[in-house]
Amino acid sequence: MTTMTADGLLTREDAAQAAAETPKHEGGAHSLTQDAALLKPVLETTWRFWAMAAVLLMIGAFGVYAYLFQFKYGLGVTGLNRPVYWGVYITNFVFFIGISHAGTLISAILRIAKAEWRRAITRSAEVITVMVIIFGVGSILIDMGRPDRLLNIIPVIKFGRFQSPLLWDVCSVTCYLFGSTTYLFLPLIPDIAILRDRTTGVRHALYRTLALGWKGSPRQHRILEVLISIMAVIVIPIAVSVHTVVSFVFAMTIQPMWHTAIFGPFFVCGAIFSGIAALILAMALIRKVYHLENYLKQIHFSYLGLLLLIMALLWFYFMVCEYLVTFYGGEPAHMAVLWDKIRGPFAPAFWTMVVCCFVIPLTILSNRKWRTVTGTVMASIPVVIGMWLERWTIVVPSLSNPRLAGTHAHYFPTWVEWGIFAGESALFILAYMCFTKLFPIVSIWEIQEGRELAVKEVSERVHSYLPSDEPERQEAAS
Amino acid sequence: MNETEHAKARPRWGMVIDLDRCDACQGCTTACQTENNIPPPTPQSAAQDRSIRWMELLPNVEGEYPRVKLRLIPRPCMHCDKPPCIKVCPVGATAIGAEGIIAQVYARCIGCRYCTTACPYTARYFNWYPPRWPEQLSQSLNPDVSVRPRGVVEKCSFCHHRLQKARDKAAAEKRELRPGEYLPACVEACPTKAMFFGDLDDPRSEVAQLARSPRSFRLLEDLGTEPKVFYLREGE
Repeated sequence: MTTMTADGLLTREDAAQAAAETPKHEGGAHSLTQDAALLKPVLETTWRFWAMAAVLLMIGAFGVYAYLFQFKYGLGVTGLNRPVYWGVYITNFVFFIGISHAGTLISAILRIAKAEWRRAITRSAEVITVMVIIFGVGSILIDMGRPDRLLNIIPVIKFGRFQSPLLWDVCSVTCYLFGSTTYLFLPLIPDIAILRDRTTGVRHALYRTLALGWKGSPRQHRILEVLISIMAVIVIPIAVSVHTVVSFVFAMTIQPMWHTAIFGPFFVCGAIFSGIAALILAMALIRKVYHLENYLKQIHFSYLGLLLLIMALLWFYFMVCEYLVTFYGGEPAHMAVLWDKIRGPFAPAFWTMVVCCFVIPLTILSNRKWRTVTGTVMASIPVVIGMWLERWTIVVPSLSNPRLAGTHAHYFPTWVEWGIFAGESALFILAYMCFTKLFPIVSIWEIQEGRELAVKEVSERVHSYLPSDEPERQEAAS
Repeated sequence: MNETEHAKARPRWGMVIDLDRCDACQGCTTACQTENNIPPPTPQSAAQDRSIRWMELLPNVEGEYPRVKLRLIPRPCMHCDKPPCIKVCPVGATAIGAEGIIAQVYARCIGCRYCTTACPYTARYFNWYPPRWPEQLSQSLNPDVSVRPRGVVEKCSFCHHRLQKARDKAAAEKRELRPGEYLPACVEACPTKAMFFGDLDDPRSEVAQLARSPRSFRLLEDLGTEPKVFYLREGE
């Protein structure tokens, strides 16, 4: 890792020296004519954007209205009951936090692995994380019977207790939000500086503040790259911990089919799975709407499609493990839930999930010819739907089959719950769209860096993998 | 439960319900609703599975038609010695008292309903709506029990307020609390005298002796929650 960074720094300084004669921003301006398409969405807005924003805002407003309705009349306006105390909101919490694994985790892994094809996609992935976490946390707040007592969960000052897995969630998700925001912001700085130099008025003031005095000097680049590598390493364990403790909310209870050790890794796997699908959808939309076919290429979708295929197989493996172990053990309390999912009232949701999360992506993505933009999108839409259904068939069937209740529960969400879900989704997409209007959704400087430095660096790296003719050089390299 | 253990001062309150004597009249449920200011179930709340019954009759079907036997088992909060609900509460709104009673702090509860999903007995209830009583009942609430607001969790308290009252009375009369002085409303109301209440750690107490009976069992005993509500199996 260190040697690799050192290599990178050397190359960077060489390049800086080489470019020393020509002033830096002139070089930047030159390249920008090449990458003007990336700045275009930020600087120009069509009526289509406003139309789309208006539609999303209306759906979002409906969601806000639904929540205010619930705030006024209480959780009685939902379809929840005893014993199904948790429903759509908790499903959404797990689902949204899962989607958030698209960004930071994938981006960080690709960065650390020095996967050069990452350059065009990391930004759009990281933004998903930051935007969607907010709605994940929001889902928990929406689920609270007494949102006015939210601050009670603060430890030390108020009554927060670390014995409760919910407090683990609070800590982990807070770390994740701050970590991934930092991780999104750091690689954004050079691009903000580009925008600062090209805007006036309020926007200029905003970009000037956010650019933190970025001049693009070799020293600044060095610091930035060190910080990005540190953050990339830090956010991975945080991201893994986030969905592990989300699963612990269920697994730590002794309820049938919740109390299993497989939930931690299974949830992380499902999170990355749904995250990649969401990323593919976001990229396909960006590519089409902003005409970035030259940046978000077929090859990106093909690679992400491969990753999605791997995650689909891994997801299926975990599912078979979980269900086979439960089935073979045959404990009555667990079997009641299992039968409810396989052939009971939850069978439609369960089998749709299996088709959406496994059959469809496997069919499409295992065929190389179909790993195109359209193909991966066709695989990703069912994955996102299927993963929501997976969270649903985790939360509701277990609660519907308590060991002792004396009632046979039927839960179906009301318009309030659907309305809030629609509103959250719409506001997430709207927030994402607004981001693309404020900042370049494809990292300009990283594309430039790829063009100017990485090609050379990668060919050198490949050479260093090969057996060397000169023993001295080999030693120096190691 | 030997003599040395009994030497400690604090009692460990527990209940025994003799299913041989219980005829499922629901007198305990009614007494509990009145005593604890529980809003009476309405057709709507029943249809939505949202009625609150701290003491509920749990249907237990044994066998298959035509040899079927239906038992109705009165189920209060089990007041487990190892309660799964307390572990998961993020704000400490539910806690086990020194005498083993699981308390609920209504003023602190944030209504996340984690305890309700963690309780394997589903003995915890949520206030989906603000509590409402029919006109005739609203003037006769029990002043010793607080009315719960919308959005918090509640459950059987073993009529903890009765313990406080009995303690106060004993203290005023400068004497120890006498056995049988503190009884939850359900125990007191049971017309067939099927319910017993007292200190499980006092080997001479009726509950401690009954709890050791060969007929005695507890609900979901294998989960390790150590409930303090014992049942006596029907004879035959």
